[in-house]
Amino acid sequence: MALAFTALTSLLLIAIFIFKEGVPFIARVGFRDFLLSSDWRPQAGHFGIYPMIVASLLVTLGAMLVGAPLGIACAVFLNEFVSKPVTRVIKPTIELLAGIPSVVYGFIGVVVVAPLIRSQFGGPGLSMLCASLILGVMVLPTIISISTDVLASVPNAYREGALALGATRWQSVHLVILKAARSGIVAAVILGMGRAIGETMAVIMVAGNTVQVPRSALDSVCTLTAKIAMEMGSATGPHRQALFAIGVVLFLMIMMFNALAMTAIKKRFAGK
Amino acid sequence: MDIAIQISNLDLFYGAFHALKNVTLAIEKKKITALIGPSGCGKSTLLRALNRMNDLIPGCRITGAVLLEDKDIYGPGIDVCELRKNVGMVFQRPNPFPLSIRDNVSFGLRVAGRKNSAGLDEIVEESLQNAWLWEQVKDKLETSALDLPLDQQQRLCVARVLAVAPDVILMDEPCSALDPISTAKIEELMLELRRRYTIAIVTHNMQQAARISDYSAYLLLGEMIEFEATPQIFENPKDKRTEDYITGRYG
Repeated sequence: MALAFTALTSLLLIAIFIFKEGVPFIARVGFRDFLLSSDWRPQAGHFGIYPMIVASLLVTLGAMLVGAPLGIACAVFLNEFVSKPVTRVIKPTIELLAGIPSVVYGFIGVVVVAPLIRSQFGGPGLSMLCASLILGVMVLPTIISISTDVLASVPNAYREGALALGATRWQSVHLVILKAARSGIVAAVILGMGRAIGETMAVIMVAGNTVQVPRSALDSVCTLTAKIAMEMGSATGPHRQALFAIGVVLFLMIMMFNALAMTAIKKRFAGK
Repeated sequence: MDIAIQISNLDLFYGAFHALKNVTLAIEKKKITALIGPSGCGKSTLLRALNRMNDLIPGCRITGAVLLEDKDIYGPGIDVCELRKNVGMVFQRPNPFPLSIRDNVSFGLRVAGRKNSAGLDEIVEESLQNAWLWEQVKDKLETSALDLPLDQQQRLCVARVLAVAPDVILMDEPCSALDPISTAKIEELMLELRRRYTIAIVTHNMQQAARISDYSAYLLLGEMIEFEATPQIFENPKDKRTEDYITGRYG
């Protein structure tokens, strides 16, 4: 009980702290000038974070394009097509992926993925594409482990019913099982998005960190999280407050993702 | 006697467990054959052997033959999907898919490669009518099947099977999740379906077997003890063990 409240209290304190520093700043600079301006020059008093919002969203979207199909396919494979003993080995291994420090992912991105992108597609290599690929792999444990749990909770009666009507294994999966598990899988993907948008270290290492609205996937970008992490050490005054305000924006985005995931999960249980 | 399914010397093992022991049984066409016996006697296992649902259980091994129209369903060159279309199954708990009523009924046709078209709608209507569900659901075919009351869900599962035009319908305790009034409706429906389909039913309910079946097979510990016309088995059982069971002295 006390422990649970400790967690809750620290969440609350963090929220209060960020909002106390950030919200007055947003109010002073103006909602529009903060969120929708592309002019980020803290020394000159310009704090437009639009390019970073776009970068964060696009990198996250890219990560989902990589991670969601791969993760869902992997979960389906583990749950529907592989025998239990094999799953019992593979699933913990996948969950181990979540334990690899993000700096290691970033490292792989810098020495393997970025040079590959540079030589194959041109551009600086350290780019939105590179960040999306790395993040796409990083969200796999989240998506796979939630999706397999969701698939495992689909009643066996659906599988039997489909097979008894002459469906093949694959037909029973894509016509019935995935439909039954849809909202849970949506929740898994949204939680993965929350993880991707909040990831910092790996993104700093591989995204290139140029503040610009990207014109292609090969452009270097700077995300919200990267901006905070890189400049917090040296920032003072309004610049420092601006970084807190970015924190507010991130906080709200992740809260929104989690709320969406929760609604999706609730809908699923209401449907039963 | 016109035979739909001939089961000969069937032995079935779950790993080391001998679940069915040398079962021989003929299921007659357009009759209702009831499989009765205490829990764990192998009656559901036997039913599931007839459309190879036991294939799903790891470690399940079968010897002997199950002839459907003179073809061994465990023989080489048998398409299991095709078999399951010919031998439909209704389960113990109603298990409509989390899809619309229409998509539930048309499921078997769609997996068989039928495209959505006018012809499909006619089969959906006909199947629902034959399962006595059309009047209740005709105005809400697009709503979720899970919103139906339990007995209508079970009739939907029957309609779903009828839609693929099987020869044989297997029913695994189809009424055990239903109240007496719904049970009566399903029983009446089965008697109606008997005109066109061969039915094999597993039931725990002695009265049900006596009311609706033409033949009854009594199984005990994986062995088939007695197989006779239903009046014969209930009024004048030959085997002492059958008599003990139907008079309620067993266990």
